[in-house]
Amino acid sequence: MSWPLFLARRLAALVAVLLVASFLVYGLLYLVPGGPMAFLLGNRSGSPEQIAAIRHEYRLDDPFLIRYFGWLGDALRGDFGQSLVYRQDVSDLMSTRLATTGLLVLYATVIIVVAGVGLGVLGALRRGTVDAVISLVNSIFLATPTFVVGVLLVIVFALGLGWFPVFGPGAGLPDRLYHLTLPAIALSLGSAAFLARITRASVGEELRREHVETARSRGFSQSHIVRRHVLRNASIPVVTVTGLTVAGLIAGSVVVENIFALDGLGSLLVRAILQRDFAVVQGVVLVLVTAFVLINLAVDVCYSLIDPRLSPGEAT
Amino acid sequence: MKARLGPLGLATVLLLGVLAVVTACAPLLAPQDPNQPDLFNALAGSSGTHPLGGDALGRDVLSRLMFGARTTLLGPLFTIVLSTAAGTVLAVTAAWAGGRVDAVISRLLDVLFAIPGIVFALVTVAVLGPGMTGVVAGLAVAYTPYVARVVRSAALRERNLPYIAAAWVQGRSAVAICSRHLLPNLRPIIVAQSVSALGFAIIDVAAISFLGLGVQPPTADWGLMVKNGLDSAVRGQPMEAVSAGVLIALVVVAVNLLGDRLGRQEGDLR
Repeated sequence: MSWPLFLARRLAALVAVLLVASFLVYGLLYLVPGGPMAFLLGNRSGSPEQIAAIRHEYRLDDPFLIRYFGWLGDALRGDFGQSLVYRQDVSDLMSTRLATTGLLVLYATVIIVVAGVGLGVLGALRRGTVDAVISLVNSIFLATPTFVVGVLLVIVFALGLGWFPVFGPGAGLPDRLYHLTLPAIALSLGSAAFLARITRASVGEELRREHVETARSRGFSQSHIVRRHVLRNASIPVVTVTGLTVAGLIAGSVVVENIFALDGLGSLLVRAILQRDFAVVQGVVLVLVTAFVLINLAVDVCYSLIDPRLSPGEAT
Repeated sequence: MKARLGPLGLATVLLLGVLAVVTACAPLLAPQDPNQPDLFNALAGSSGTHPLGGDALGRDVLSRLMFGARTTLLGPLFTIVLSTAAGTVLAVTAAWAGGRVDAVISRLLDVLFAIPGIVFALVTVAVLGPGMTGVVAGLAVAYTPYVARVVRSAALRERNLPYIAAAWVQGRSAVAICSRHLLPNLRPIIVAQSVSALGFAIIDVAAISFLGLGVQPPTADWGLMVKNGLDSAVRGQPMEAVSAGVLIALVVVAVNLLGDRLGRQEGDLR
């Protein structure tokens, strides 16, 4: 497949996914028992004027499809409507929280790459006890849900040892990073374990290849062989898996933010669901799905760029 | 099969067996009423009558763990049964019909696959209100492509084998061939895939309960116990959070090991 065709197909798929996702998010509101009015009013009882105002604001008297496309058009321009609880624009609510979630995901990504690749390479090079210990720890972290890791980290390192703050986002960049350390570790451990497993398998496979044997027989040092001949070739699956796990962090951040009482998109979403603040739910879900889909697309493109032997899209 | 079980396999089977018994017989086995508050036992440590102490309301943690096994395990089980049924029907239909039907079903599955499962479940919970129904409905849909993709490619391979053509020549109907011949041959792959999906489902359901959007109090649930246990831990009693959290992790390890084993056996058969 040629590059333009590949990109066109991927972009078409991306648009399709986002259309379906937005349609689901918008349409489900109308499946609620009692209809959209019950939702928009929530537990509050409204005066006739308020009800009329809501009907007008949400264009409830228009046909469904016209309403949907109207909402979608506004959303594309960054207007997700108004929160019923906060009486603020949803886009404003989201933009202040986007930084926290973004920083958390970025921090976790750094931990995943450093710890995952490091431990994976170590396990592949030091077969025996070191490898066995790393593999065991990996299997434990792979199976432990993020929220359990998070709560255990709080109990041990914040409440028990007192090394880290228990809750809250902190102020100023160094303090924020300090506050985000435990959340980022909680978010990253499972993915780091997964990446370590993939790296170990990939490096181990590469070590057994003939060109490595040749390099060794020509007397190159071990570190030269590992750096120049093994890691480069082993990096392709590692990059793919890294991208996929980073996409997965978006869902994980919803949980982690709630453990550590961080003011991010995830805690905004959960609070909005509990308060039946549907405009916020729609906006946050749409942003999360978009980020998820975009990262997956970036991974696909990277994959084809890194390995010139593959024509674009062959990996998928 | 029993000869190849090994110590790890034996431990897995034992753990899952004990859990099944506890889940079924919780009312007989639990030492205390799981919903009976007792302020003298609030945040209490381990004692003879309360081996794992009490929670913030003084309810017996061990009894709540036993009853909690029901919601914690039955929710994901129900999710996987639904998504396996839906996924298998879609996959076999796509593989059998081919052409445009296959294309439509495959695209649909691709789109569903592109939305994170837990986010999907949060949307259905937002619509149906907090509770197990919304969680199971959302996750069942979100997990459908996970089963369907693998089953579809296996069904495509199987469909081209001569025995299917032979049955077709004999004049059997498509439904009869699929249900009597195709499905039994696909069963190992369906079972292996749905067991490995079960591990993910347990994590997702527990996570949503932890967020307070799944099972509602006072019903006992492990995810909810980790949530409440975090507050108790802040007040100095980490036993509830730790015991519920470790149990969730253990169950997921056991289910994953079982899934790996079934997957490998499936690989050996090919």
